[in-house]
Amino acid sequence: MTARERIAGNVAGYVDDRTGAAKWMKKNLTKVFPDHWSFLLGEICLYSFIILLLSGTFLTFWFDPSMREVVYDGSYEPLKGLEMSAAYASTLDISFEVRGGLLMRQIHHWAALIFMVGIVVHLLRVYFTGAFRKPREFNWIIGVGLLTLGIVEGFLGYSLPDDLLSGTGIRIAEAIIQALPLVGSYLAFFAFDGAFPGTAFIPRIYTVHVLLLPGIFLALITVHLMLVWYQKHTQFPGPGRTEKNVVGYPLMPVYMAKAGGFFFIVFGVTAFLGAVASINPIWLYGPYTPGQISAGSQPDWYMGWLDGLVRMAPPLETHAFGHTISWNILIPGLILPGIMFTGLALYPFIESWATGDKREHHLLDRPRNTPNRTAIGVMALTFTLVSLINGGNDIIATTFHLTINQMMWFSRIAIIVLPPIAFVITKRLCLSLQRADRDLVLHGRETGRLVRMPSGEFVEVHEPISPEKAWLLTSHEQLAPLELPEHDASGVRRAGSIKNKIRNRVSRAAAVAVPKATETERRELEGHH
Amino acid sequence: MKRLSRLRRHRAAGPILLIFALFTIGTTFQVASAVNNETTSVADRAVTIEEGKQIFLKGCSSCHGLNAEGGQIAPSLIGVGAASVDFQVATGRMPMADMSVQAMRKDPVYNAEEVHALATYVASLAPGPQVPGEELLNYERDGSVAEGGELFRTNCAMCHNFAGQGGALTQGKYAPTLMGVEPRHIYEAMITGPQSMPVFSDKTITPEEKLSIIKWIKSAESEPQLGGAALGRVGPVTEGLLVWTLGIGLLIGVAVWLAMKAR
Repeated sequence: MTARERIAGNVAGYVDDRTGAAKWMKKNLTKVFPDHWSFLLGEICLYSFIILLLSGTFLTFWFDPSMREVVYDGSYEPLKGLEMSAAYASTLDISFEVRGGLLMRQIHHWAALIFMVGIVVHLLRVYFTGAFRKPREFNWIIGVGLLTLGIVEGFLGYSLPDDLLSGTGIRIAEAIIQALPLVGSYLAFFAFDGAFPGTAFIPRIYTVHVLLLPGIFLALITVHLMLVWYQKHTQFPGPGRTEKNVVGYPLMPVYMAKAGGFFFIVFGVTAFLGAVASINPIWLYGPYTPGQISAGSQPDWYMGWLDGLVRMAPPLETHAFGHTISWNILIPGLILPGIMFTGLALYPFIESWATGDKREHHLLDRPRNTPNRTAIGVMALTFTLVSLINGGNDIIATTFHLTINQMMWFSRIAIIVLPPIAFVITKRLCLSLQRADRDLVLHGRETGRLVRMPSGEFVEVHEPISPEKAWLLTSHEQLAPLELPEHDASGVRRAGSIKNKIRNRVSRAAAVAVPKATETERRELEGHH
Repeated sequence: MKRLSRLRRHRAAGPILLIFALFTIGTTFQVASAVNNETTSVADRAVTIEEGKQIFLKGCSSCHGLNAEGGQIAPSLIGVGAASVDFQVATGRMPMADMSVQAMRKDPVYNAEEVHALATYVASLAPGPQVPGEELLNYERDGSVAEGGELFRTNCAMCHNFAGQGGALTQGKYAPTLMGVEPRHIYEAMITGPQSMPVFSDKTITPEEKLSIIKWIKSAESEPQLGGAALGRVGPVTEGLLVWTLGIGLLIGVAVWLAMKAR
């Protein structure tokens, strides 16, 4: 034993005697994680969250969350001498007077956008591979919660500088609060401590943005990761991979190195964007006053779909008993998002109800093997994408020489017509891919080599695929539709027969599949050739 | 004689004489200079008007009518003034390329002299807003950039965007970008209200305030890209586009690479 080893051993022994960490470390440092690029998408969120905490802390050193009126006397000439809130003036100071301040502001904002993009692509991976199934339903709900809070946190964050663009967004948020029947006006007064804009909301949203929500984030992310740790990571199907094992590399040293390296790459990409691309140039927007507005006022992209829904809503209002109900804001601003997020959060339960599958799953699905789920996902994506596009309808109209009215009518019709079409097309595509898999297993790979037989017949030579590949294409299970009884033994409708009928129909739709190739079929064909 | 000397020593004599002298000098100068101008430019002006009329008959009358009285597809030009003609023709908007909802800016069809002749002809039909002179347009000296920005955000940004990049209006109409537009044309647009734009009379926005607006637009135009690539200065749409392409593209690329290396 060298001197160095002895010293290291003594230090480790000292710590272990007092904490008992060795046993715990030994167990957890050798924990195995499966390897796939899409399993790193969640890490993008985690790392950009850390970047957000660090850069955000830097910004709080100089940001003054106050709506006190000040006269700007900084170095940005076009705003000199104007009255503005201290929040806006201090954001200008961060941008132009604080060393590295503008870079930090831009890193913070780009990191927020990457955080939200990361959440969405991570969610799509989890959804389309069925990683939300038992036992991971709670983690799915936590994820949906993080997505929702991320949208709120981002919105509050870019509202803090109190510039013309963000003030416009706050005004719309106030309108959405006011659209709530009966309590709306009171809630808005409560939130803004009086009439809009007042002097209260910047200090209030500051506390929520830098203290309350980051705390909740930290707690939820911890639980999210602990559940992944406890339940172990899912893996894609393949030879040697079962529902009962995890095939991959140990945390130490392989994943430590990979994850640590990936953190720095995420930081690098964020810093690169912050250094080369301008984001939220608040000095161009000007200070907020309710009497001003800019053409092309847009929210950040993760709110864009919501803005798009509001923009396409037809002007519907009802007046009753001295109250006005603005359906044109209430439906797209509160009811539709409520339905969307509730549906998203409850999806794991809806699916297991429809398929009757209550078992644990640790092997992931290939999206083509669950046509119904994949089609529902693409349908929801189409809906969101149409509304997102309509959120930028004025920019798109001027860029592509369209009219804003055409854009609006396209969106109004497309948001109803396109999602069902997307559902049907996706389902057909999945079934076609299943058919192609089946052909591949039964007939092998087409080599493109043509052979002329003695009889004069031309045939293409097919090469059998590898056993690994054949396993991958046939290992999934195909669920049979539910057959819940609708009548009892004597042919009388049972209690709850309507519920059973609905479940039977839904599960029949979910179970539509091209029968996968079986071993007997394969043998038969081989004997045939 | 005695009476005269008494009047000469009267208390009011001084002020009266002063007013008389100022009046005489002023009137003489006014009459002399007016006569002077008239004698030198009346003939020139008549020639210019005639030139302008010829250009008008060839290039404009098919829509605006032989006497600029307007027609079914084009408005009357009587009383629109020289400023309006200068703006529309010198920025290439008139003659229109096609009958779309809005005349687009393009390379001008007529040169500066021809535009001047046309403008003089139209101005001769009835009085209207004049083309602002070089002396009036000294926005660097007479404008205030901060005040201009405030006025711009209050009166212009709602259509032309916060940085003067332009924006969409209804039915395919649009507020054009203000980047690279000559100060004279910005001024003329404000006093004549071309196409969908309202008129900002000197009572609404004084000439000095107009110069401040021009100064702010010019300052925005020449402002360096402070935070890196400006992404078109149209707000968060292009930022979202960049993060969904370059941002997540780079990160997914790295993720694929990291997962590949372990094999």
